[in-house]
Amino acid sequence: MIRVVVPASLRALARLAGEVELEVEGPITQRSVLDALEARYPVLRGTMRDQTTGQRRAFIRFFACEQDLSHEAPDAPLPEAVAQGVEPYLVIGAIAGG
Amino acid sequence: MSQVRLLVGTRKGAFVLTADGARKNWEVSGPHFAGWEIYHLKGSPADPNRIYVSQTSGWFGQQIQRSSDGGQTWEAVGNKFEYEGVAGSHQWYDGTQHPWEFKRVWHLEPSLSDPDLVYAGAEDASLFRSADGGQTWEELAGLRGHGSGPSWQPGAGGMCLHTILQDPANAQRLFVAISAAGAFRTDDGGQTWKPINRGLKSQYIPDPNAEVGHCVHRIALHPSRPGVLFMQKHWDVMRSDDGGDSWREISGNLPSDFGFPVAVHAHEPDTAYVLPLKSDAERYPCDGKLRVYRSRAGGEEWEGLTQGLPQRDCYVNVLRGAMSIDTLDECGVYFGTTGGQVYGSADGGDTWAPIVRDLPAVLSVEAQTLP
Repeated sequence: MIRVVVPASLRALARLAGEVELEVEGPITQRSVLDALEARYPVLRGTMRDQTTGQRRAFIRFFACEQDLSHEAPDAPLPEAVAQGVEPYLVIGAIAGG
Repeated sequence: MSQVRLLVGTRKGAFVLTADGARKNWEVSGPHFAGWEIYHLKGSPADPNRIYVSQTSGWFGQQIQRSSDGGQTWEAVGNKFEYEGVAGSHQWYDGTQHPWEFKRVWHLEPSLSDPDLVYAGAEDASLFRSADGGQTWEELAGLRGHGSGPSWQPGAGGMCLHTILQDPANAQRLFVAISAAGAFRTDDGGQTWKPINRGLKSQYIPDPNAEVGHCVHRIALHPSRPGVLFMQKHWDVMRSDDGGDSWREISGNLPSDFGFPVAVHAHEPDTAYVLPLKSDAERYPCDGKLRVYRSRAGGEEWEGLTQGLPQRDCYVNVLRGAMSIDTLDECGVYFGTTGGQVYGSADGGDTWAPIVRDLPAVLSVEAQTLP
């Protein structure tokens, strides 16, 4: 079970109450987790990654286990604690502006 | 008794304001989509309870929402806006070429006859069309592809296609306006386009009479006379009597010919409204007095409408999409400000009153007249 936390604006958009729990097939990577999240909540398509290129949107960051994974390769394995459901995978709206 | 519904887009959500035909007591619903920028909402003329919304965010991108019950409930529909083919490039602020990049939808224009057909005007300037109620979008690429696209450049607010008008007498004819490229017209349902900027003069471009490059802020028409267009340009208020083929200035006695919105009275095709601002640098009402100007002569002669509007210390802006009219017998006129006020007049502009005072900055106002 993978735990995912998304920003409040996206929770409202997808009508989520809180943390999302996902079953993810195969390797646990940023791509596979976000693919599973978007498959469950199609309204989130395009909100975190470009729908065509898959690139992270400029003001979105991905954190887990006190690490910023935003610049990691999308197919790199996520930390074991995320794969085991001990720690959540965090989608963050970056601080932008004053 | 008839009702009026105002669809108000703001920097931090959408609001729906409703009143009976007297238009004195208003109910306020919202914020819908709290925290998101709502560039525009518009109802279908064929089914007024079908409302489309452009919901956007610098963080989270573009969403399109749709209501089938007059704004009581909403559903997200398609948000995939892809340029057709190779996107190409346009002129950037420094004169270099810059790739076309989709940023947001500024304007949604539902078809006059089909609630599932809707057009979307986007930044970077482009026109999209959905024939399935907003689920899927296709670009009408002939607009960007007619040849002058690489020379278009953004205005200060971005390179946006912000105005879409349909000709009620000719379903194949659409008008659009782009900052800062100009106005364009199609006569074949959007396949091919031509610039319609002859007569516009813009001192901020090297060739003031250029075919494109003009910062058109808004165009408007009266449905009974769609060949007559009114335009508020970056500077100058203009009029065309031949569907945009040529334009002449009608600024006349306005205190300033800079502004954003222009609207036409519901029953008097020669009555137009503008809201002059002091300058393009200052973008607030002249002398701190909020005044709508009305011409009943189709331009040139304008009267300031002040009753009920603040006549001192007022320094708000009124953006291009933030003025609208209803179609009741006594035409209602409405506008929203960047200070969060929405003002309404139930007598064609003679007297005004605030409907709400403290919304987030208003980006757009659309009036619907309901049975």
